[in-house]
Amino acid sequence: MEMINYDEKIPNNVNLSQDRRLQRALEKWHPGYIDWWLQAGPEGFQDVPVYLRTAVGVDPKGWAQFGFVKMPDYRWGIFLAPKEEGRTIPFGRHKGEPVWQEVPGEYRAMLRRLIAIQGDTEPASVEQQRHLGKTAPSLYDLRNLFQVNVEEGRHLWAMVYLLHAYFGRDGREEAEALLQRRSGDEDRPRVLGAFNEDTPDWLAFFMFTFFTDRDGKYQLEALAQSGFDPLSRTCRFMLTEEAHHMFVGETGVMRTIEQTVTRMKETGITDPYDVDRIRELGVIDLPTIQRYINFHFTVSLDLFGSETSTNAANAFNAGLKGRFQEVKIDDDHQLVNDTYPVLHLDGDTFRYVDEPALSALNARLRDDYIKDCGSGVGRWNKVITKAGIDFELKLPHQAFNRQVGQFAEAHVSPEGDVLDAAAWEARRDDWLPDQDDYAFVASLMKPVYEPGRFAGWIAPPKVGINKQPGDFEYVQIAE
Amino acid sequence: MALLRQHLIDPEVCIRCNTCEETCPIDAITHNDDNYVVDADICNFCMDCIAPCPTGAIDSWRTVQTPYTLEAQFSWEELPEEAEHPEESGTETDPAHLDDEVDRIMEKARSGLGAGKLVPPYSAAHPYVQTYTRERPAVARVSGNYRLTADDASAEIHHIVLEFGSQAFPVLEGQSIGVIPPGTDDRGRPHMIRLYSVASPREGERPNHNNVALTVKRERYEVDGQVRYGVCSDYLCGLKRGDEVQVTGPFGSTFLMPNHPEANIIMICTGTGSAPFRAMTERRRRNMPAAPGKLLLFFGARTPGELPYHGPLKKLPDSLIDKELVFSRLPDAPREYVQDRIRQRARDLAELLKDDNTHIYICGLKGMEQGVDEALADVCRLHGMDWSTLRPSMRESGRFHVETY
Repeated sequence: MEMINYDEKIPNNVNLSQDRRLQRALEKWHPGYIDWWLQAGPEGFQDVPVYLRTAVGVDPKGWAQFGFVKMPDYRWGIFLAPKEEGRTIPFGRHKGEPVWQEVPGEYRAMLRRLIAIQGDTEPASVEQQRHLGKTAPSLYDLRNLFQVNVEEGRHLWAMVYLLHAYFGRDGREEAEALLQRRSGDEDRPRVLGAFNEDTPDWLAFFMFTFFTDRDGKYQLEALAQSGFDPLSRTCRFMLTEEAHHMFVGETGVMRTIEQTVTRMKETGITDPYDVDRIRELGVIDLPTIQRYINFHFTVSLDLFGSETSTNAANAFNAGLKGRFQEVKIDDDHQLVNDTYPVLHLDGDTFRYVDEPALSALNARLRDDYIKDCGSGVGRWNKVITKAGIDFELKLPHQAFNRQVGQFAEAHVSPEGDVLDAAAWEARRDDWLPDQDDYAFVASLMKPVYEPGRFAGWIAPPKVGINKQPGDFEYVQIAE
Repeated sequence: MALLRQHLIDPEVCIRCNTCEETCPIDAITHNDDNYVVDADICNFCMDCIAPCPTGAIDSWRTVQTPYTLEAQFSWEELPEEAEHPEESGTETDPAHLDDEVDRIMEKARSGLGAGKLVPPYSAAHPYVQTYTRERPAVARVSGNYRLTADDASAEIHHIVLEFGSQAFPVLEGQSIGVIPPGTDDRGRPHMIRLYSVASPREGERPNHNNVALTVKRERYEVDGQVRYGVCSDYLCGLKRGDEVQVTGPFGSTFLMPNHPEANIIMICTGTGSAPFRAMTERRRRNMPAAPGKLLLFFGARTPGELPYHGPLKKLPDSLIDKELVFSRLPDAPREYVQDRIRQRARDLAELLKDDNTHIYICGLKGMEQGVDEALADVCRLHGMDWSTLRPSMRESGRFHVETY
């Protein structure tokens, strides 16, 4: 059997060649990972050169190396952000103690679970997106999809590294299980709901990267605060890559909107609800885009878990998972006597109730997330306003269409009106994409693989990747 | 007051991901609810933030006299247009501004054009000229120096990249910069300034890194049987990464590329005369790869090993540039020169010469000038045109340019 030089194969800053035990563990895991990638990763395109960004170091100049590479040959590396000397645990009951370089025994199970759940989301999204290459609106978008995919793959590596390096046999078993579960599989589904949903088309993909990957950003941010230093450093580095996924989502939806309003303007359509005529132009009408937002936003809200949660309080107390940008918050970082206002539904009215801040951590992280989503939607609206079309995209009310948490049983409209089940059901198709919407969007999903060309429903980007010119051949599909 | 290159973030492209603020080692980046912005008082151009930015928004620059304040940047919905700063630069039509030294070099280089006022192509961008002088030079730092020609080639040609840091040094394709070699000559006088055409497009060798590339041949000659090297070229070719170089200029306000996409550009060169054409070709490749105007290059060298940029040039697609690489010292082939190849392409050239969008540029050794001129005259004769009237009319309309040395 041919020996792979793992030191060369896996770019890393964790001294992999010095740790024989870890290297052996990863050598054993690696073939299974490649099998997973080939079976469950992008469908097709595995043997064509793709213009990808590869991290080869953690310093700002070393981590974005652009070049053509075939995806299975992508160098999935293991990177931790540089160690901060003298770092102390920033929150919880151990606040001020030196951070842990090894897993503290009493928190072992909790920590392993946090890492395994984060790890499970990474391959899941690759699986959800595996068929999208067939209908890419351009080589530029195809490349962005694959960049997102290989980086999710790298994030899986990052979590597997932690499991292997710090959790012994249990960790190795968890790492193996990450390769066994499959998104949407009846017997072995992925852990979290949103990661078992379909990503049927490119608009859904952009929405997913905007809304669902943003949940990832907030989870990673919270874990980047961790008192378990290797987890903190791993997540800090992952966040830099995660930003690319937000970019794909935000600009993908923006370019879709831009094309719609441009075509409307060209043909003199000013009424955004003149859906039939707008769809005849081969672009996606704004009300449909609003329904996609309603769906993806609410599914992503569920990922934050119950508004009040003992698990979240325990993880915070233990110093394992903090709040968004914990160190920038001006309070005692222990929250023992603090409260946080949490939205409650009381009969037919919403009101804020002060809950113990420790148990309201999920609600707080979700609130930060909602604010962030809101500013992105605001930037989409600027495109619509600029075109002179009277339409405003909105985030739906946070109690709308929820499956997790205290609003799961409620029937609330996107505007925040409380309805009964029948009234809600009757209007469901006004608020969420229906079969007709999906069929229409699917009808537009025709691949465009010619360099510099874009499908008719989406505008070209303002800037190329790594400043490449407009007709750059991002994916070299063989003739 | 000197111009400043201000680092900005494009609010239309930025997705507010916080990566730059997180990355900046000296906290020069901050934000409010609307925008992420760079504090001009703090930013030291370390460029750490550039690669991690997922959008490219971070890679935005404006040449300014007074930096935009944080408040101004917070209020932007889009980047302001690049302002012009004519009062900062003289122009070549005003001889009072020109160094005598540089003037003499330029005059000699363009003697092939004959008498009369020289004009740039009508669509050329407005050039900055003489922003830096011998008295007040820019200090550039070498960020790269590579030998381009084969190790066994008789010509030693280097590709040298100079970075200007926070000093604004705006150049256009076709312009030259002056290099002041350190030290003095035998008689204790400072060395003459040498001019080099920039080989990179206006955005820089690496876009927005405020740098220029030069193509420099180490001049070698013998005096009384002893090998000597050209003062400035020897100095430049020996520079190491990080070394400082005193630079003047930019120079040249007529040998500039047309900006309109319909422009056809015929480029004829030998050796390091290819530098301005590399710049023009890169400009087209990066900014208007689908331009309808044609690029046609005649490039002469002794052997492929002596032709600077031979590898990268061969990789450029034919859809971008029509290349004629001509070699005069191939082992099993007769000697061929650019003028021979011009005659072979007579039909295509004639077609182009009939078009008012066609521009001709000649750059390289003086020796080729006459041969090229005769070849163009032959091309015209064959196709019922008269070069002796076409040439001056092209020159007067800014469509015929020569720089030879």
